[in-house]
Amino acid sequence: MLPYQVTWDLHTHLTRQLRGKTPAEKAAHLIEVGSRHGIERFCCYMGVEWNTNPDPENLRKQNDDILEAVEAHPDRMMGFVYLNPKHQAESLDELKRCVRDGPMVGVKLWVSHRCSEPELDPIVELAMEFGVPIFQHTWIKTTGNLPGESTPDDVARLAIRHPEAKLICGHTGGNWEAAIPAIRDFSNISVGIGGFDPTAGVTEMAVRELGAERVLFGSDAPGRAFASQLAKVTGADISASQKALILGENLKRLLEPVMLGKGLTQ
Amino acid sequence: MKRSPFQALSPSPGFDRRSFLKSSAATLAAGALSLSRSLSVEEAKAPVIDTNVYLGQYPFRHLPLETSHENPESVVSFADAMSQHSMASWASSFEALLQRDYDGINERLVIMATADKSAARQFQLFGAVNPKVSGWQETLRRIHQVHRMRGIRLHPNFHGYTLDDPDFAALLDAAAQKDLIVQIAIRMEDIRTQHPAATVPDVDPTPLLDQLTKLPGLRLQLLNGMRSIADTILMARLSDLGVHFDIAMLEGMSGLARLMERVPEIKLCYGSYAPFFYPEAAALKLVESAPELDSRRLAAVSSHHAENLLMRG
Repeated sequence: MLPYQVTWDLHTHLTRQLRGKTPAEKAAHLIEVGSRHGIERFCCYMGVEWNTNPDPENLRKQNDDILEAVEAHPDRMMGFVYLNPKHQAESLDELKRCVRDGPMVGVKLWVSHRCSEPELDPIVELAMEFGVPIFQHTWIKTTGNLPGESTPDDVARLAIRHPEAKLICGHTGGNWEAAIPAIRDFSNISVGIGGFDPTAGVTEMAVRELGAERVLFGSDAPGRAFASQLAKVTGADISASQKALILGENLKRLLEPVMLGKGLTQ
Repeated sequence: MKRSPFQALSPSPGFDRRSFLKSSAATLAAGALSLSRSLSVEEAKAPVIDTNVYLGQYPFRHLPLETSHENPESVVSFADAMSQHSMASWASSFEALLQRDYDGINERLVIMATADKSAARQFQLFGAVNPKVSGWQETLRRIHQVHRMRGIRLHPNFHGYTLDDPDFAALLDAAAQKDLIVQIAIRMEDIRTQHPAATVPDVDPTPLLDQLTKLPGLRLQLLNGMRSIADTILMARLSDLGVHFDIAMLEGMSGLARLMERVPEIKLCYGSYAPFFYPEAAALKLVESAPELDSRRLAAVSSHHAENLLMRG
């Protein structure tokens, strides 16, 4: 018999296609549909309106959206603070406001600045001090990356400088056959397997090369279906215990220190 | 022990998603979604027709469930895996993407699909043909008369033509005369993840608007089109002309329900695109959208639209 399966989603958003006018209402819609699959917790980042290179004011607005969603649904929604390394001082302030002084439990970095650049270092150091993981969007696009869009190699370079940081390689780089070997040697890098097509074999390769403990389920809903992303785990040719780790136990373990520190129950 | 606030919504201890999915479509066809109740025998037998499956080896990646005509066991295993989600799978060959001996490809497809009784029951075959290769008429004849396949599956982007090509028009006309279903693969892989040495654009279906007015009886389905055909007006116009689609690349939260809300007339069929995609993805899409759709619409996606394609003509 399987152990109780904890399903926590590493990767969700509050974008326009969700029903409702407010971030709280949109989060309710996300929770309603995710619950059809038994998903219990949703890590959520970036606001209702996205910006690839947000100025400090926009950053605060986007993080305020997430704070509203988390405050409305404290047992289901968990926020990651969205930062822009191009605005380092203001990003550090946001990290303090939303994580140290607020309920957020992680950091989200998107495409404004490649994460191998030295401007990331103070952000990573403060995130480590607060004990939170950093989710870095990564892709290796055959069609070419955006100028500030990180690859898994960028995350590996960051990990060399910060071997104790909890780093997550978002989207498993999209082109996962190339991405997984790039971060294989860095035990502090996990992969988020959400946000790309449910291409068969990705989870098997990630488990084979990284170990199931470094693989995290995430959906990228509502842009993606919970369905297609869950299938990467439920349909993979791996053991039940490995599926349990990927569906939630790994993320729970990763977030446990900061959640306990904030008095959040699991 | 403190009770989890999620217990009412979460699977119970011992919950097995795979077992649930085996019969999920049946549950949905009955218009009810419950993770906890038992399924009746009748529900468990409710049909799903998977219109988008491939046999053979994908040229650019090893797939866990891939098959080979030299390894009948692989076909039997795949047939067994597919039978957990559907009563029939419409299958064509991955070999047709890059290889050019289409008659040989179709012969190997037949060998695979007759590997044993379970494979023969599961797979309904769609032959490979390329209208840019001289002699395609004989290939089409063999597909129809020798192999007695249900239809043809085309890969215009890999075969180097667009849908306004006169040779494609001739093939459509010939297929219509033989009453074959025509499937067109709009894409095989996200353009961002294609092998760098073999990138192809998505197929533009717009020329079909003109083609199909000349062939009102043609049975045509577009596969893997949902990520690239974002224009709902185009989808509606194609649907009005009888074009069917599949859900394999339909994405977004509750994507099935949302699309049906935006394009009510769309003729969506169940399609998994296995073994390239995990087969569970399509089954779970029905689960995700089920509470927002009535049983008639779920049944239409699960099998009725595919049955209509089979019976028309």
